[in-house]
Amino acid sequence: MEYNSIQELLELALAEETTIAEIVLKVEAEESELSEADVKARMLENLKVMQKSIKAGREKKIESAGGLVGEEAAKMSDYIAGRPGLLYLQAVTDALAVAEVNAGMGKIVAGPTAGSSGIVPAVVVATGEQLGKSDEEMMMSLFTASGLGYVVSRKATLAGAAGGCQAECGVGSAMAAGAAVELHGGTPEMVVHAFALALKNLLGLVCDPVAGLVEVPCVKRNGFSASHGLTAAAMALAGIKSVIPPDEVVLAMTEIGDALPASLKETSKGGLAVTPTGEKIACRLRK
Amino acid sequence: MGIFDVMGPIMIGPSSSHTAGAAKLGRMARLLFQREIEEVDIYFHGSFADTYQGHGTDRAVIGGLLGYLPDDVRIRNSLENAEELGLKFKFHTVNLRNVHPNTLMIELKSKDNSLSVTGSSVGGGSIVITRIDNTKVRMIGQLPTLWILHKDRPGEVGIITSVLGNYRLNIAYMQVLRNKKGDQGSCIIELDHKPNKYLINYLENMDDIKQVRYLPPL
Ligand code: SF4
Repeated sequence: MEYNSIQELLELALAEETTIAEIVLKVEAEESELSEADVKARMLENLKVMQKSIKAGREKKIESAGGLVGEEAAKMSDYIAGRPGLLYLQAVTDALAVAEVNAGMGKIVAGPTAGSSGIVPAVVVATGEQLGKSDEEMMMSLFTASGLGYVVSRKATLAGAAGGCQAECGVGSAMAAGAAVELHGGTPEMVVHAFALALKNLLGLVCDPVAGLVEVPCVKRNGFSASHGLTAAAMALAGIKSVIPPDEVVLAMTEIGDALPASLKETSKGGLAVTPTGEKIACRLRK
Repeated sequence: MGIFDVMGPIMIGPSSSHTAGAAKLGRMARLLFQREIEEVDIYFHGSFADTYQGHGTDRAVIGGLLGYLPDDVRIRNSLENAEELGLKFKFHTVNLRNVHPNTLMIELKSKDNSLSVTGSSVGGGSIVITRIDNTKVRMIGQLPTLWILHKDRPGEVGIITSVLGNYRLNIAYMQVLRNKKGDQGSCIIELDHKPNKYLINYLENMDDIKQVRYLPPL
């Protein structure tokens, strides 16, 4: 069994009358010649690291290497303490938390990349907790996210340096949207439409990190992308479809990424990086 | 690339190229040297030179040199740990010509030995070692790798490969290098499976082999 596009992934799930997560798990077990139990154990390790990074980011102020970020999750955490039950706010907080842990040289799961590592954990854990799902169920939804991201890695890119931030936070958000639909028990079709809806709306997002560091705008962008993924999931669960099919959205992403100038692809030679404040910060840090 | 390259690796942030890749480069240098490192000079080029502090590239390389893997939380405190262990280190910036923007050169010294290793972090945490001392090489550290220094004489490489064959090891990729004709030769052999210590022992004890280094896959 194999899949080279989102469409193929969907068709396999429909043909086998199962979830996308199960297909991704099966194919990975076949490919790596490991048992499904071993593959699951490895994914569970990812989930554990994600949960720990959320906790670490929420609990204490992080000192990032560049010093530009570090208090975002703590501030959000205080703010939402009086507003329980709001899924969005929890996801935003958790995404900030993980992105800060990353900026502060903490342990994270680089999924799809280190810079965008807060989105998937935040959406999966917040949704999972809200729905009272077990770790096993949350872990399975990570397979959904991985399968979707895997197709993008094969057909396009997951590197900001090659495709801009649409390839990192955009894809992260789309992967997370798919996982959230899976957790809600949505159909495989809903999963792929959630993916397409989320990615579509972040097309064109540029990569312009201040001083070349994974801090500004990256950390807050993780928070926004998490809420974005949840929005896409909700739309898909409501039965809304992406008019442009998922694989074509990925194609569009590639084309846009190619059209983006090098200055907006991680070189810090354009966008926010060259604003007066961005330049000032870069100058100060270079010393 | 498999799904665990997409959902993973588990690593110390903030950047797969500037942190995780740098830690791997440091670790490769340590494995190639395989002696107690007393002093090390690290030269950052390009994007590494611009942002090595902000990305913790310095901490990651030193961590790798201390043997830490890219997901080892001790990377955060590697500079302090190195000082405690008495490892002297210095960072420099350089302009190396015609290399990838994320390149660094590591010069290792022990009491009576030294080694220079140059490598690049080429994206997503993947690395390539491009130079060992003055010899151009290509090592990506994804397969079990042997680096063997031997006398450059006819048939030597054939003898080495047949020894590997006897140990039922399949060669995935092999490079044969030498500095001057008849001088010292070296070869880099990437294997499909991990070699055992008996094989490495055997190779080390062969007449014309001067040195064997084994680099487990990263
Ligand atoms: S702005 Fe660039 S470095 Fe930051 S998360 Fe997006 S792609 Fe990564």
